[in-house]
Amino acid sequence: MLTKRIIPCLDIKDGRTVKGVNFVQLRDAGDPVELAKIYSDEGADELVFLDITATVDKRKTLAELVTKIAKAINIPFTVGGGISTVEDVKVLLNAGADKISINSAAVNNPQIINDMAQEFGSQCVVVAIDTRNVDGLDFVHTHGGRKPTLLQTQAWAREVCDRGAGEILLTSMDHDGTKGGFANEITAEISSMLSIPVIASGGAGNSEHFKDVFTFGKADAALAASIFHFKEIPIPELKAYLNSEGISIRK
Amino acid sequence: MKVAVIKYNAGNVQSVLYALERLGAEAVLTDNLEEIAKADKVIFPGQGEASTAMRYLKEKQLDKLIPNLTQPFFGVCLGQQLLCDYSEENDTTCLGVFPVKVKKFIPESYVDFKVPHVGWNNLFDLKTPLLEGLSDESFVYYVHSYYCELSDFTIAKTHYVLDFAGLMHKDNFYAMQAHPEKSGKVGERILENFMRI
Repeated sequence: MLTKRIIPCLDIKDGRTVKGVNFVQLRDAGDPVELAKIYSDEGADELVFLDITATVDKRKTLAELVTKIAKAINIPFTVGGGISTVEDVKVLLNAGADKISINSAAVNNPQIINDMAQEFGSQCVVVAIDTRNVDGLDFVHTHGGRKPTLLQTQAWAREVCDRGAGEILLTSMDHDGTKGGFANEITAEISSMLSIPVIASGGAGNSEHFKDVFTFGKADAALAASIFHFKEIPIPELKAYLNSEGISIRK
Repeated sequence: MKVAVIKYNAGNVQSVLYALERLGAEAVLTDNLEEIAKADKVIFPGQGEASTAMRYLKEKQLDKLIPNLTQPFFGVCLGQQLLCDYSEENDTTCLGVFPVKVKKFIPESYVDFKVPHVGWNNLFDLKTPLLEGLSDESFVYYVHSYYCELSDFTIAKTHYVLDFAGLMHKDNFYAMQAHPEKSGKVGERILENFMRI
């Protein structure tokens, strides 16, 4: 049976993890490779690396890091952050990334979704959508959720699917950082509407939130950062809980 | 022992090389017919579209070479599908090692079954040395929209929409739909088992 995926997300800056992590077994808390290995050993189903480096010559550093990660772990991983051209994608996939994720670049130029899917296959093109509810309507936001666009989230999700995206990473900016649970309603709406998998993100605070997003939210996968980094929910415990609740999970 | 990984226009072969490196194997990425024929083992990875891949294999005359190889041969993902007779993906005649058809997943409801089939799913009804040490609770990582039908050559099944061939075996040819290089310890074990054959 196909299982629901648990995906820790690591923020990377200049080749190092940024958000503080709380792993006693880490020799170097800022080393993404070491952290990736721990998550992989603990049973994470996939990993996402989000590069937030602001400099122009970052591509090389990021590609080098991707190679190191690919050599060290044997689970799939996605790389996102600042990717805007087919060439960017080629470099990262050749370095060993399994998928790339695009966000603002797709909003600015939707055709790149088609181009990337055509060149590399839909399976490696994840489109990240940051959504925020404004007066009862859901709108796509860019720049880390700060900049609103005129795109309605549901319509945009349909469009990226039609253009060849392989998965959608849906982050609710209203829920992100609240630890009050995922945005189950809009996740369910989009997941039911589309034939491609939806990864829910934003709002994870406890194990029940994961159960809710997999049941009410109809999510195919759930992504979280700080609760994993700070060991608030160890992955083995989370998976044991979900399993006991009848959610199909990889053991 | 020398392992040839067949080079063609397929995505992410790098991960296969890294996985072999982790197992301590000497692997080389090549489309050179002689080098492939001489290798102790051959791995045929894949990700991409069937008709484009077949065109490329023909251009390089790999379509003639592959079915006649006699050393242990392992087709992975699209590599498994290309070893079959025929794929529904753009009506493609494939290499014909396995008398098996490759079909597209057509679920009744896309809410219950998204296509592509992405994520970790378990293998069951396991046979042969390739799956030694593994149980029906062995999960492997899938990303695909087309599947190989069950046949006498099926050595492990997976269920998604219907039961399909997770792994196949015929003579020196082995094939797997999921990605062993991305399937954690289970995938590592399958690659290890293949290296021992």
